[in-house]
Amino acid sequence: MIKTDALIIGAGPTGLFTAHQLKLIGLDCEIVDNLDKIGGQCIELYPDKPIYDIPAVPECTGEELTNNLINQLKPFDIKFHLSERVDEVKKDGEKWIVKTNKGTSFTTPNVIIAGGVGSFEPRKFSVEGHEKFENKSILYSIKDKNIFKGKTVSIFGGGDSALDWAVELSNNSNVNLIHRRDEFRGAQATVDKVHEFTKSKKINLFTKFQLKKLNGSSKIESIDIEDDDKKIKNLKTDYVLGFFGLIMQLGPIANWGLNIDKKTVEVDTEKFETNQKGIYAVGDICNYPGKLKLILSGFHEGALAARACFKLARPNEKYRFEFTTSSKAIKNRLGVKSD
Amino acid sequence: MAKITYKEHNGTNHTVDVQNGLTVMEGAVQNNIPGIDADCGGSMACATCHVYIKEDWFDKINKKNEGEDDMLDQAYEPKKNSRLSCQIIVSDDLDGLVVDMPEKQT
Repeated sequence: MIKTDALIIGAGPTGLFTAHQLKLIGLDCEIVDNLDKIGGQCIELYPDKPIYDIPAVPECTGEELTNNLINQLKPFDIKFHLSERVDEVKKDGEKWIVKTNKGTSFTTPNVIIAGGVGSFEPRKFSVEGHEKFENKSILYSIKDKNIFKGKTVSIFGGGDSALDWAVELSNNSNVNLIHRRDEFRGAQATVDKVHEFTKSKKINLFTKFQLKKLNGSSKIESIDIEDDDKKIKNLKTDYVLGFFGLIMQLGPIANWGLNIDKKTVEVDTEKFETNQKGIYAVGDICNYPGKLKLILSGFHEGALAARACFKLARPNEKYRFEFTTSSKAIKNRLGVKSD
Repeated sequence: MAKITYKEHNGTNHTVDVQNGLTVMEGAVQNNIPGIDADCGGSMACATCHVYIKEDWFDKINKKNEGEDDMLDQAYEPKKNSRLSCQIIVSDDLDGLVVDMPEKQT
């Protein structure tokens, strides 16, 4: 069990700056995020899109903003638990016990939810019976490509993941690539390769088709795909891979006894605390009168929530407000020389 | 101003007046109409304001934006007449528009 002063759920810009604020006032914290990288929506949804409303930063992309925030955290030692989703938050006396889907558990007086619109999960197929085959014949990510050797693999999707895997797996497997339209959104070089491989029959390409039906009992034997004119084709296949991008789901947060309205968590505007003492919500996921879903609002909310955490983490100490320009204690924490 | 009808998957209709200049997505969100999530807030970075447009309307509304089809690849059950409602700007010409909402957004 990991002991920490505050646990942050979500490594987007708000979670990162909240960690900065906690460390600045002398508290320790750890961060859990379901993505395999730091940055949240900024890095997953719009790494290349410019943002124009970060105070004192006239223009930066989602990726640049994330990198700057990571740089700002450099003086501090913060443990990140990536590719882990918090599944359970349970009261234990004055503390909270937090457990992730990978079995990591924390004990902490403060839990700060900086979860955006929830955790990113792969979008799944919607055809009947898909659950039955999931993680066996139907996969949404590839951990071991060797299982496909000599098999027939049907890949759905039109982005980089679908195209990259179609090209890669075509070396040792029979590959069907199925996409709902003619155009692909992957890198041009990969798209060209897919067309080249289609010509040389290394890849069987089916465009304007979507998955209609799964056939098989314990594992998939074949699939029916349907085009825009309702024409159906049957394809023999051993595996079905879906690469439709990631969607955001509130997920387990809904089960923690918090007041939730339209996928957001109600908080007060003094501590950004929820209806549960010691659980805070900051950034896009929190809701209060006048809430703006801007990154700058998340920074403010995180700064205030961090001060509220101090009370519960150091009940016998008094929090003193200090400026970074003048405080010796803060400069020590930052590892910079004081005058 | 345009009267827009949002049709839920279960058949329930919501007809509201939407001001010119707003998007069809905003018209739904501001009127608390269920079925359109708009997780990203209209920045065309998700596909949770996905709607189906009847054929006779499809050609009358503004054309798809660059990148919209890329996002629609990631929508729940996209069809030929799929659009992201955050990319449809309301004007008088859209008076009487009916949009069908998918069974779910995520």
